[in-house]
Amino acid sequence: MSAVVAEGVTKRFAATTAVDAVTLAIDRGELFGVIGPDGAGKTTLFRMFVTLLAPDAGRASVLGLDVVRDYRALRRRVGYMAGRFSLYPDLSVAENLQFFAAVFGTTVAREAAQIAPIYSQLEAFADRRAAALSGGMKQKLALCCALVHRPDILFLDEPTTGVDAVSRREFWDLLSTLKKGGQTIVVSTPYMDEATRCDRIALMHGGRLLAVDTPAGVSGSYDRPLFGVRVHARYKALLALRAYPHAQGVYPFGEVIHFSDARRDTSPDVLEQDLRAYLVARGFADASVGLLAPTVEDAFIARTAGPA
Amino acid sequence: MSAVVIEAKGLTRAFGAFVAVDRISFDVRAGEVFGFLGANGAGKTTAIRMLIGLLSPSSGTARVAGHDVGTESEAVKRRIGYMSQRFSLYEDLTPRENIRLYGGIYGLSGPQIRERTGQVLTRLGLEAVADQRVQRLPLGWRQKLAFSVALVHQPQIVFLDEPTSGVDPITRRQFWELIYEAAAGGTTVFVTTHYMDEAEYCDRVSIMVAGRIDAIGTPGELKQQFGAPSIDDVFVQLARPAASSGGQAHAAAAPPGGPS
Repeated sequence: MSAVVAEGVTKRFAATTAVDAVTLAIDRGELFGVIGPDGAGKTTLFRMFVTLLAPDAGRASVLGLDVVRDYRALRRRVGYMAGRFSLYPDLSVAENLQFFAAVFGTTVAREAAQIAPIYSQLEAFADRRAAALSGGMKQKLALCCALVHRPDILFLDEPTTGVDAVSRREFWDLLSTLKKGGQTIVVSTPYMDEATRCDRIALMHGGRLLAVDTPAGVSGSYDRPLFGVRVHARYKALLALRAYPHAQGVYPFGEVIHFSDARRDTSPDVLEQDLRAYLVARGFADASVGLLAPTVEDAFIARTAGPA
Repeated sequence: MSAVVIEAKGLTRAFGAFVAVDRISFDVRAGEVFGFLGANGAGKTTAIRMLIGLLSPSSGTARVAGHDVGTESEAVKRRIGYMSQRFSLYEDLTPRENIRLYGGIYGLSGPQIRERTGQVLTRLGLEAVADQRVQRLPLGWRQKLAFSVALVHQPQIVFLDEPTSGVDPITRRQFWELIYEAAAGGTTVFVTTHYMDEAEYCDRVSIMVAGRIDAIGTPGELKQQFGAPSIDDVFVQLARPAASSGGQAHAAAAPPGGPS
C-alpha cells in the first residue's frame, strides 16, 4: 500500500505556480528523496502533504487519509521537520523533547526505544540550550522531536541544508538506521550527492517533477556518452571546450570537467579522439580524457539546461 | 610570485573562556581563489569577521590589503568586498538601485556608478529585469548580482560566505565562473562552502577544526598528504573527531548575528 499518493497536486501563490501538477506515489517503508534547488517547490509540496497548506487543484492522500478532508486524523500520524529550525532556542535539549512529547500526549520515557538511536548522540548535551548547539546537532534534535510521537511517516524538509559535510553524513546514517526499523521517510535536499542514499528520488525543478526513479535509474537515463577532462589549466580549458563546435554540455565537477558531445550518431571512441585532438591543438597537451559514469547531478543538469 | 594580500599571524579570538579562533596563521596571495573550509562551529565565521574588520582580534594580527584589521579596520573595509549567504542585497530595491546604493556607499562618483551599472547589467544579462524588485528574481540571479555588487568598487579582495548554498547545479557552476573571471582579473577570492566539489575549484584550501587550521595547501597536496581520493574525504578525516563533540559554545557567547 502506498504511503503517499499525489495526483495533479498544484499550488499557486499569486502569479507563481509553486507546485505544478505533481503526480507520484511513495511506498511504505521507503526512504524517498525530493531533490531540487531552492525555489523548486519542495517545501510547498511537503506543506501540502503535512496538511499545512491545501492544494489549489489535484488531490493528495498520506497513509490513506486525504490531506484536506482528513487533516485532523493525519496530523497525529505524521512527523514533520520544517526547513527552518523551529525548536525553542531557549529550552534545553531535554526540555524541547519533553515539550513535543507532551503536545502529542506521551512522555519521553515511554518513547525511549523509538528515539534511542538519535537521542543517544544528544544525551551528553541534554541540559544545553538548543540555541547553543552546532548546526548538525540542532538537526538531530529536530529529528528526535519529529519522531517522539511515533509517526507512521516522517517528512523532513531540507534537514541537511547549511550543515557541514561530516554532519550531513552522520544525519543520513541516522536516516538509514530508521529506515531499517521500517520507518517511512520522505526527505528533501538541494544536495544532489545525497540522492544515492535514497531508495527512490524525485527530481524537482520549477514546481514540476522531472523524474521519479531509483538513483541509478535517474543517472542511467543520461542519454549520451559523458567524458571527464582532467587538465591543469582548468578555467582556460573550460572556456576552450565551450568554443568546441561539437560541445553540448561543459560543466566543472570538482577537479574534472564533465563534457558531452552534441553528435548523437558518432561512436564514443571517435568522440573521445576528436576531443583529445582538439584540446591538444588548443595547447592543453596535459589533458586526459576518459568516459565517466553519469551522476544524478549530471542527469539533473541535462534535464534543466535550456538552450545555451 | 604575487604579493601577499591577506596575512594572518597567530590570529586569535576568545569569547569569555571559549577560544573560537586559536592562533591561526596563513597567507593568501593576489589573484588566488582561497577556499576556507571547516565544520559548523569550527570558527570560520569568527575568523572571517576579524579579517573583514567587524570583530577585533583578542591576540595576534592580520593584515588585509596592506592594513591591520585591528587598528585600521575602516581602511580594510574600503578595500574589500563581502557577500554573505543570506543578506547582501536589498530585496525591495531593483538591481539598478542596489548597484547605485552600494556604489554610493563605497564613494564612487555618479559617472562611475552609471558606467559600472551598465557593465554589470550587461555582463549578467539582467537588462530586462534591471528595474524589477530583487525579491522577484530567481535565487541564482540574485546571487550573481550580489557578487557583482560586492565587486562594484573594484576591491582587491572579495570575501564570499557560502555564496552557492541551495543554488541549482547549473547556476552554482555559473557562479564559479564569475569567481574564476574575477580571479583572472587579479581579484583575490576568499570563499567558504559546504559543497566539497567546490573546494576542488580553489587554488588552495585551508580546513579549520576546533578553532585551528589543521590543513592548508592545494587540493592536490592535501589529497596526497591525507591519502584521500577527494577533498570530501580529507575533510571527513579531519573533522570527524571534532564533530562528535557536538557543541558550539561560541554561538551562545557571540554577539547577536554572530557565528551560525
